Formats: sequence, structure tokens, C-alpha cells
Amino acid sequence: MKISWLPTIAGAAVIATVIRAAFFTPLEAKQGAAQKIFYLHVPAAWVAFLAFFLVAVSSGVYLWLRDSRLDRFAESSAEVGVVFTTVVLITGPLWAKPIWGTYWAWWDVRLVSTLFLWFIYVSYMVLRGAIESPPLRARYSAVLGILGAFLIPFIHLSVYLFATMHPMPIVGKPSKPSLPNEMLLTLMLSLASFTLLYFAFLRARYRYAVERDAVAAAIDHDA
Amino acid sequence: MPDVLFAAWVIARKDLAIEFRTRSAFFSAVIFALLGLVIFYFAWDPTAVTVNDLAPGVLWVIFTFSGLLGLHRSFGVETEDHAIDGLLASPVSRESIFLGKAIANLIFVAAVQLIAIPALVVFYNLPLGNVAIPLIAIAFLAAVGLVAVGTLFSAMAVNTRLAELLLPMLSLPFFVPIVIAASQSTAKLLSGRPIVEAAAWIKLLIAFDIIFVAACTVAYPFTVDD
Amino acid sequence: MSSTISSGGPPIVEVAELTRAFGTRRALAGVTFSLGRGECLALFGPNGAGKTTLLRVLAGLLRPSSGSARVSGIQLPGGALARSRVGLISHRTMLYEALSPRENVSFAARLYGVRDVNARVEDSLRRMSMLERGDAPVRSLSRGMQQRVSIARAMVHTPQLVLADEPYSGLDDGGARALTSLLGELRSAGTAIIVVTHNLAEGLSLATHAAVMQRGRFVRYDPADRIDATAYSTTYREALAGA
Repeated sequence: MKISWLPTIAGAAVIATVIRAAFFTPLEAKQGAAQKIFYLHVPAAWVAFLAFFLVAVSSGVYLWLRDSRLDRFAESSAEVGVVFTTVVLITGPLWAKPIWGTYWAWWDVRLVSTLFLWFIYVSYMVLRGAIESPPLRARYSAVLGILGAFLIPFIHLSVYLFATMHPMPIVGKPSKPSLPNEMLLTLMLSLASFTLLYFAFLRARYRYAVERDAVAAAIDHDA
Repeated sequence: MPDVLFAAWVIARKDLAIEFRTRSAFFSAVIFALLGLVIFYFAWDPTAVTVNDLAPGVLWVIFTFSGLLGLHRSFGVETEDHAIDGLLASPVSRESIFLGKAIANLIFVAAVQLIAIPALVVFYNLPLGNVAIPLIAIAFLAAVGLVAVGTLFSAMAVNTRLAELLLPMLSLPFFVPIVIAASQSTAKLLSGRPIVEAAAWIKLLIAFDIIFVAACTVAYPFTVDD
Repeated sequence: MSSTISSGGPPIVEVAELTRAFGTRRALAGVTFSLGRGECLALFGPNGAGKTTLLRVLAGLLRPSSGSARVSGIQLPGGALARSRVGLISHRTMLYEALSPRENVSFAARLYGVRDVNARVEDSLRRMSMLERGDAPVRSLSRGMQQRVSIARAMVHTPQLVLADEPYSGLDDGGARALTSLLGELRSAGTAIIVVTHNLAEGLSLATHAAVMQRGRFVRYDPADRIDATAYSTTYREALAGA
């Protein structure tokens, strides 16, 4: 079986990062071992938003050029993105409970924005699933992709205003940690490896979409 | 520009004439809103939560869901006998079609609110006093945002397999900033705070309205032109 | 029946190598023809041949994928101007069932910027014999009457080009006669007409040109004085068999 370089390197990078994070990165003073989830949570969030940004951009260009490859790209990025978004939403509470004493932090603007990103991704996929005609599906998804990108800043702002106006009792909320070099390096490595992983998944998903559409076109033609 | 608005008004009038003829969506939305007010009251412990704390959230959540009932029928009338083809084959611009439907929806939502808000005041014994005017302004801003997004998604949802499910699913994430801003500013007003404290929320509503009315008007032609 | 009116002036429809694809499927695969003032094209063909697609492109509901199409000299997609010259009749009535015939036709008149709305609406309804039930909700009318209202709606703005996709469907004898007479009047006044129909006799009775469509192209296209009804019948049957 042919070994594909991108998934191999991405996989190796992620494994290496996880090992480094678990065994070779110092423990954070106040938070202890639970803090290590940080190295999964933050890169996953970065990818979640990167993936959506690319969905929005390819949606915009699709509406301009009407090239179905752009639609396939948006579809693929959305499916990969929702997986990473789910990782963020799972690691968030896992990290928060031991450290902040609460599963869900409504004042954490980025976390809540990610939750809405998840809702938009899911409705994007449900919308696609509910339309049979490929050009209609592509147009509608593209519109949703672009409008979703406009929504995120408003969610961010709403939650921020809400949090600043309603100071909530928080158990031991840490101020923004300044990362010593060791931790910063691990973080950078995890960002890089997750990004590679994103592109690996994206490429695989895109290829699947190409084959699926080719089969559908062949069936259509014979009919 | 005046042409666009004139055509939009012709279309809005037609939609309102149809709704007036059947009135079923309007009555459903009103009854839904009234029942909602009642249910929410019984869902809370009145000794633990005061009406001033409860009312804003209740009002705007009900506003959203009763609005959805009206939005759904907006493009529903066009699918009956493919009437939408008649609109699309006519010389009116696609933007006019969108604006016309949105205006009709705005009037629909406003009409429901004209009954729901006084009902809220009565059921919850709200001391409205001089916050009535700012409250109406907030209601108008919230309605514009709701209708802009809801009209566009209604146009899309009606062409899909899961129309009734898809409209709320697509719209609700977009309604959240509206509900938060409207609830928070209403709460400030009802607890007697000066209007300036609600200013940030009102500015957010205005920004939301401007951006989404523009974005949805521009987006609509992309959903129809093939 | 051959055309006896002069059809001078620039053509109202000019189509050259028009194609329209949906994904990989070509619904129109290179259609070429033109139609002048007062001319009527009867378009036959099996289901799926592309007849409805052709009409929808000319009505401004679909964009051409390639090739060229002009309506009243305006290159498609021609926007509002091109659409204002066209009247569309379909077997779907495109009416609002809660409203009356009068309201439906008035609405259309306003959309098309008709000057004398009330007068034109009355005239249009009268020609299709719908004045009597003009104020009842469309929902309460029979299928045949609904189709008549739909036709009245399509004509209220005196289009230069009438696109009729199976307009006789649902019509009773009275309605069919009214439609044929109305189309004949329009033709005399210089309107160009394209009629899609499965009824050879009805289609050919009005036509100055006739075509058979199959798999997105014209497999036969003749001006009226060369139309041989029997030959057409044969080609049509062959097309149906081969579809």
C-alpha cells in the first residue's frame, strides 16, 4: 500500500507533540497535570476557526466563480472543522472543572464563540443533507457559510458584554498565564502538528468528495 | 432605488393581503405567545424570582419563537402553485422580492408584539411607566434583525426536505445576539437604570441590523438565480 | 395553416447554439432558431427533451450556460428589461390561491408596471371569460378556471413574447377555444409565441413554425408551409420511442 506523506508526517507530529506535552513539558505551578489538556484544547480551537475561515472564503469565491471544486472544498473543510470543534467543546469542560471548579464557563468568550461555531457547522451540514440538487446545495451552503462568518463577531461581542456586565463568582480563575519558553515551544509544536493534521484530513475528505461526485455523475448519465 | 422600494411595497401588500385573508398564521403566533407567557410564569417560583427579572427573558424568547411561526409562512405561499416563478419571471429585482417579504414579515411580527407586549404587562404586572417608548424602540430593532435573517432562511428552507426543522435550526444561532441584547437592555430599563447603561446593547442591535439587512438583501439573489 | 401576416422587423427571439447544463447533464445541447413578430413556434418532444428548460431560459428564470439567446434584441441574461417583454404560461398556475382572480391579475399588472391597471385587468379577465367569478378566491375555482386566470395574468402586460408551456392542460373546451382565439389575436397583433404541447393538432393550428425536440436539441424544425402533419406525427413518435 502506498504510504502517503502528509498523513504520515501529520500523525507523527501529533504523536511527538503529545509525548512531549505529557512527559517533557514542565507542569504548570497552579494548575497541575490537568493543564496539559491546554495543548489539545488550544490547537483544536485554532483549527476549528481556521477551518471555518476557509469555509467562508471558499464559499465567497464559489458564489463568484461557481466552480464546484470550491463547493467540495467548503464541504470538506466544514466536516473536518466540526470534528475539531467538538474536541474543543469536550476538552474545555475537562480542563475547566479541575481548575475553575465549573464545567462550563459562560464568561469564557472564546469557548462560547466556539459553541456557536459548532452550531453553525452542524446547521451547515444539516442544510447540505436536506438538498438534493448539487447546484442549489452549493449556493445555499455558500450563503450560510458567509453569513456564519458575519455572525461569529456578534456572538463574541455579545458574550463579552454579558460577561463584563455580570461578574460571576468564579473559583480561582487564573489570569492569562505567561508561558515560559518550554511550554511555549510545546504549544507552538502542537499548533503546527494540528494544522498538518487538519490538512491531512481535509485532503482525504476532499478526495472522497471528488470520488463520490464522480460516481453520482456517472449514475446520472446512465439514467 | 425608489423603484426597488415601490416594487417591494407592492409585494409586501400582496403578502399582507393573503395573510389577512386566512389569518391562521397570525392567530397561531398570537396564541403561542400568550400561552408562552402563561407557561413561563408557572415555571418559576414567584417568591424566588421577581417579575422584573423574569419578564425580559420571557418576552424576547417568546418573541423569537412566535416570530418563527410567521416567518415560516412567508415563502410558503410562493410554493403552492409555483407562484415564485411568477415573481422571478417579472421585471422586479430580486432585492425587491426579498425586501417586500421582509417588510411583510416585519409588520406581521410587529402586529403580534402589539398584543404580546401589553399581555406581558398585564400578566406580569409590569410597571412600564416611562420605559414604554425605549421598549418599543428595542422591540423594533430586534424585529428588524429577526426578520432580515428569518426571511432569507425562510426562502432557503422552503426548497429543502426539512423545511419546518431547518428554519429554526438555521435562524436560532443568528437570533441569539438579538435576544441577548434585547433582554439585557430591557432588564436594565425595567430595573430603573438610566438608558445610557443599555446603550452598548442598543448599539449592538443597530450594528446587527445594518449588517444583516445588507448582507441578507445581497445574499437573496444568490439563492434564486440559477 | 400557413402564416398570412407579414412578419417583418427584427426577430423577437434569436437563439444560437444555446446550451444549458445542470452539473454534467446537458438539458439544452445547442439550440438554434429565431422567431419574428407574429410568428408562432409549436414545440413538440418527449418529456425530458429540454422544452421546459428552453422556455425557462427565455423567461429569464435560468441563465444560459453557453451560446447566445436574445429576447427583443436584449442579450440574455437580460435582467428586468428582458423579463418585462415576456409573458409566461405554465401548467402550474403560479397563482395565490387565497386571493381572487382580479387580485392575482392586478398584482401581476403592478409588477410589470402596467399603466392603466384596472382597465387592463378587466380586459384580460374578459378575454378569458373570467369576469363572472373575478372576485372569488382562486382556491374555490375549478382547475380549468384557474388555468384561465393564469393565462389572463400572463397577458395583462401585453408581452412581445408569450411562452406557453402546455397551456391547454386542465382547460375545458370553452377555455381551450378562448385560449386559441386569444393566441390568434396576439399573433395578429405582432406577438411572438412559443407553445409547448403534446397535442399536435392544437399546436399546429396556430403555428407558423414547428419543431421537435429531443435530448436538448431540435431534431426537426420547419416553417409552416413545409409542415406536413403526418410527417410530424411520425417524427414525434420516433422521438418518443427513442427518448
